[in-house]
Amino acid sequence: MTAVLFQQVSRHFGAVRAVDDVDLAIAEGEFFAMLGPSGSGKTTCLRLMAGFEQPTAGHIEIFGETAEGVPPYRRNVNTVFQDYALFPHLSILENVAYGLMVKGVARAERLKAAEEALAMVKLPGYGARRPGQLSGGQRQRVALARALVNRPRVLLLDEPLGALDLKLREQMQEELKSLQKSLGITFVFVTHDQGEALSMADRIAVFNDGKIQQLGTPEEVYKRPKTRFVADFVGSSNVLTPDFAASLGFPRTYASLRPEAIALGDGPGRKRFTGTVAAASFLGAATRVTVEAAGNRIAAMLPAAAGVPAPGEAVTLSFLPEDLHPMDGEQ
Amino acid sequence: MSALAERSILEGRAGPAGRLSDFFWRNPKILLLLMLTPPLLWLGVIYLGSLFALLLQSFFSIDDFSGLINYEFTLSTYRQLLIPSNFDIILRTVVMAALVTLASAAIAFPIAYYAARYARGKWKVVFYLGVMLPLWSSYLVKVYAWKLILAKEGIVTWALAKLHLLWLLDAWLSLPVVGGNSLSISYTGTFIVFIYVWMPFMILPIQAALERVPGNLIEASADLGGNPAQTFRHVIFPLALPGIIAGSIFTFSLTLGDYIIPQIIGSSRLFIGQAVYAQQGTAGNIPLAAAFTVVPIVIMGLYLWMAKRQGAFDAL
Repeated sequence: MTAVLFQQVSRHFGAVRAVDDVDLAIAEGEFFAMLGPSGSGKTTCLRLMAGFEQPTAGHIEIFGETAEGVPPYRRNVNTVFQDYALFPHLSILENVAYGLMVKGVARAERLKAAEEALAMVKLPGYGARRPGQLSGGQRQRVALARALVNRPRVLLLDEPLGALDLKLREQMQEELKSLQKSLGITFVFVTHDQGEALSMADRIAVFNDGKIQQLGTPEEVYKRPKTRFVADFVGSSNVLTPDFAASLGFPRTYASLRPEAIALGDGPGRKRFTGTVAAASFLGAATRVTVEAAGNRIAAMLPAAAGVPAPGEAVTLSFLPEDLHPMDGEQ
Repeated sequence: MSALAERSILEGRAGPAGRLSDFFWRNPKILLLLMLTPPLLWLGVIYLGSLFALLLQSFFSIDDFSGLINYEFTLSTYRQLLIPSNFDIILRTVVMAALVTLASAAIAFPIAYYAARYARGKWKVVFYLGVMLPLWSSYLVKVYAWKLILAKEGIVTWALAKLHLLWLLDAWLSLPVVGGNSLSISYTGTFIVFIYVWMPFMILPIQAALERVPGNLIEASADLGGNPAQTFRHVIFPLALPGIIAGSIFTFSLTLGDYIIPQIIGSSRLFIGQAVYAQQGTAGNIPLAAAFTVVPIVIMGLYLWMAKRQGAFDAL
């Protein structure tokens, strides 16, 4: 079943087209990421799902029911806010129990449910504290528990890991993923971090200028970016100019080529080109080498064992033809 | 490169001012002490000192025959506060202050809410001007203007007559206690003018408190299923409460102590401020005047204590 459906949805603020004619369908139980730079419309899409914004045009359905004109408090959808939005005047337990309280669940019952939700996010016994006494990571878990205790049909997460440090972020990524698997709830996740989107999501919608540039599995989006924007934004694909692609015997369009697909030297069945090493940086398991070739700056990820060429050296590089993907070069 | 840039430690500024700067930089506490001593002396000696002298006076009594002050500690002056004619004054003032505070909060909250949540740019300026402007004109002029507005020949009576609603005013004025010959000599008139004059002191703290409530808390409440009434009750009101309490401290204590408004607008029955004025002036009974003055201080102390117990300051 479709959890969230957008049909030609637009949300304009005056002359700004925050969301512009977006179509998407999120399946039930899916971990769906909306990826894009700030101002790309991804957060506005999330707010349209939560009910904080109403579409200027188009139609939204949540589990088959029309969502336009339905206030947030009548949607069985909960949000984990970017800066958590915990109520500062309530204890952690009261924060988590808030949703059940306003729905009229009896006190003993809702506090028990809140305790269980806190245990689920590994914060048992923290109920008596205030939000101000918790660290960023702990507050993030409380926000998650506060949303999940309501058993929403869709959980919306607005850059929930943005304020956490790297280690904590990686740990929370894994926890969120396994939580989503075990609960089976549809997660819609907004992020500007492509690594996060790639590692967690079942499908990704890449946003730019209020439009979806590409919608697909992480592998599709990463390996076969449809537009130059996606190639630039997701991962670090090289974008080859139409002239360069043509010189290698491909159609005269912009094309993407991933750095890992490029190897030093030549081999049978491979396309080759030559260039001069402009820079090399050691990354541990691999060395990232930037090569100047016919006016293109092309990054190649070379295994550490390969023997790294020094800057200024002329090199021959090659790749398999199927690793080069032509794309719409509208930018 | 200049010679200056080649030094790693720069020459001190010449003269006593330079040496003084260095001295204060090394001893910031001395600078703080120098800055704070004059205002602290003012606060400690002049302000608190006179307050203490006043408290002391209230424990003296007056000799009924000679009219001289008897400098022996006694509680008899406080006992006088409890005789019906004096106790009525206290009761009247406290009830008026409480009603003025409640009504001010009810009127101020929507205005403050609009200013904090919706007004932007130009409208925010309009709001501040609208609230502050009355404070820039003389208090006495405003009160006398209200006397004209509320008088029998005033604009309120005229407007109600034009609207054929004069019967409503007459019905109200014929009520006991709140009524009277005209609005300008009734408790209703006193009440209206108190609210008008103290309104900025209620609006501004509430607005400041609401301004600090992040918008996403209101969204979070709605997201979790709270309808607007529940969001108000469980999120907005508790977080605005410190502002409401701050505003009510102003309206309540200012009403408790004011003697001009009830003098100009209202019935001839006294409020605490008028009683103090009369006792220390014409009657020459400084101890009783002092005892009357202690009443608002005690009431405010009790009020703040209760507000604290109710958790009014928890969100601070």
